[in-house]
Amino acid sequence: MKRFLRVALLIMRKDLTVEARSRELLLTTLFFAVSAVLVFAFGFVRDGRPVENAAAGILWIAIAFAGTLALGRTFERERYHDVLHALLLAPVDRPAIYVGKLLGILVLLGTVEIVVVPLVALLFQAPLLRQPLLIVTLLAFGTVGFAAVGTLFAAMLIRARSRDVLLPVLLYPLTIPVIIAGVRGTAALLQPEADIAMARAWIGMLGFFDVVFITLSLWTFEPVMTE
Amino acid sequence: MPRSLAHSTSNGVADFDRVSFIDVSKYFGRRRALAHVSFECEAGEIVGLLGGNGAGKSTVLGLAATILQPSSGQVRYGGRSREDLGLALNARIGVLAHELQLYPELTARENLEFFASLYGLDQGVDRAAEALARAGLMDRGDDFLDGFSRGMRQRVALERALLHEPQLLLLDEPFTGLDEGASMALIERLQALKTAGRIVILSTHDFEIAEMVVDRAILLRAGRLTTMAPEGGSLRDRYRDVTPRVGDAGGSG
Amino acid sequence: MTQRLFLPLVVAATVVFAVAPLLIAWAPYESTMGLVQKIFYFHMPSWAAMFVSALVCGVASAFFLFKGHATGDRIAAAAAELAVVFGLIGLVTGPLWARKAWGVWWQWDARLTMALVLWMIFISYLLLREYGGPGSEKLAAGVALFGMANVPFVYWSVNVWRTVHPTTNVVPTLVPGMRIALWWSLAGFLLLYTTTMMARVRLESQRASLDRLYRDLDD
Repeated sequence: MKRFLRVALLIMRKDLTVEARSRELLLTTLFFAVSAVLVFAFGFVRDGRPVENAAAGILWIAIAFAGTLALGRTFERERYHDVLHALLLAPVDRPAIYVGKLLGILVLLGTVEIVVVPLVALLFQAPLLRQPLLIVTLLAFGTVGFAAVGTLFAAMLIRARSRDVLLPVLLYPLTIPVIIAGVRGTAALLQPEADIAMARAWIGMLGFFDVVFITLSLWTFEPVMTE
Repeated sequence: MPRSLAHSTSNGVADFDRVSFIDVSKYFGRRRALAHVSFECEAGEIVGLLGGNGAGKSTVLGLAATILQPSSGQVRYGGRSREDLGLALNARIGVLAHELQLYPELTARENLEFFASLYGLDQGVDRAAEALARAGLMDRGDDFLDGFSRGMRQRVALERALLHEPQLLLLDEPFTGLDEGASMALIERLQALKTAGRIVILSTHDFEIAEMVVDRAILLRAGRLTTMAPEGGSLRDRYRDVTPRVGDAGGSG
Repeated sequence: MTQRLFLPLVVAATVVFAVAPLLIAWAPYESTMGLVQKIFYFHMPSWAAMFVSALVCGVASAFFLFKGHATGDRIAAAAAELAVVFGLIGLVTGPLWARKAWGVWWQWDARLTMALVLWMIFISYLLLREYGGPGSEKLAAGVALFGMANVPFVYWSVNVWRTVHPTTNVVPTLVPGMRIALWWSLAGFLLLYTTTMMARVRLESQRASLDRLYRDLDD
């Protein structure tokens, strides 16, 4: 167990070192997310005012899009020079590799959200600070759910052809519960009369989703990565 | 095939003095990569896999490295299978692949330290430093791999594969793209491993180099072992005796 | 054993399908929706067949993934294709009915949305198998497994999502005549599903034996 965590942290630290040096993923993902927000603004702002609930939807779609981009790129780094095979050959429990990559992606997406969430709130006049704790929990659980499924699929698609387009094709239908929960939960908190009970229900579902799909991913990572 | 978790926690050392391929076949769909291949490699031996493109050399190495699973037949390590040995087997195998298998965004030292930790080695920092010294790159250790020549990268990659002192070393076309000096240095390193009682299997299509390094050559043609006169004449001549047209030896690749 | 069962099942399916139109015609005429309501006898059973197929695909994929049974993969591939085919029937007949019942072609009704999501998952499964290159059957098995695990989450989230803006629920209360016709059609569709499935799995097995023969020829 200790060795499992050590390997996971080692891989996460490696990813963060590489990222801290190039900042490629962070900057491109961040700018992509901001661009996405901007593009949606043209679709959902009428007469200078955003349509009802637009902020929640735009925020989560931006996260999902940016997340897909980041997932594809972070595994492209493992594919380049075929390092992934070296990782898989090492005497480590393979799920530890999965956890390491997941942690790295979460740090990256978390950083992106720190910028994008306030930006969306600012642009669409969303009262973000009214329920800060619930908003943060919702974002955290939603991001974990999306990244947990995404990391597994991005990892297994390394060996596949047309992986760039297959990642979103596989990922979006499977993460629809996360998107719905994120959008509806955020909307419940941002509406004029915040619906705390509804937000809690969505957070509960997301927590359940996270547990089920992280377990399932740890369980399937070994067989899907074998040959 | 799920690998046993028990082996990862018990620091069991899997030592073996021979690797045996017993009637191994490997298919990718309908395409046959390897058919009924049997051979043995013993400790203190450098074995060369010879053959043209698509002859099955990389498949043999992949099977020995446990990256691939045989469609039929068995690969045994000192009489035990990979299922018996679990993760302890991975700790005893080193692979120098055709690709570099290093991160270009990290320095040579960081790459080595990363893999030392991944293999759970004690004193990873020292080991990485020693490996750099062996590669003759002490002063370039903190440079990124992008700036290295092909030969220098190859040396780092080789030391990466040898960090955990594997009992079985598998090298896929290690001499490709190396100049005279670099090839000689690699040959020297392999000879030292041989003396230390390791099993070395390398693939190559370069007969002159093979002549210099290998103790025994295994000839592959279209996924099959081809027997070659054990003695008499150069490898190239003996190879020509069993292959009517060398250019025809392989498949599409 | 499956081969001996195949012919009787084909006969049974044919008979059931031959009789089905009679029963459907004989079933009471629904006053508000009229003739269009008859689509229901095709619509509901095809969705049922899709859900059964989804379940079969998920379970077979799990067997393939964790036990390495090649048969599991063949069954899963066949089931995914059939899930998409039956789902398509449901998706085509649904809007025809919806147009009459609700006045719109598509309604973001909970059950409809859920079926659509599930259908999309199996499309992505087939896309992966088709374009993923060699080795993608293992990856596809992962997709099927995750797809199956996703069903309760999609169900719950879509339901809650819809109850935020409730709409009138249009599920016809069935009179006995309709019920018989519906059950009959359902049996017909499931029989059709079973026979197609058997034929499809057999085709895959034959393909595998053909591959084996080619290899033996090589030896």
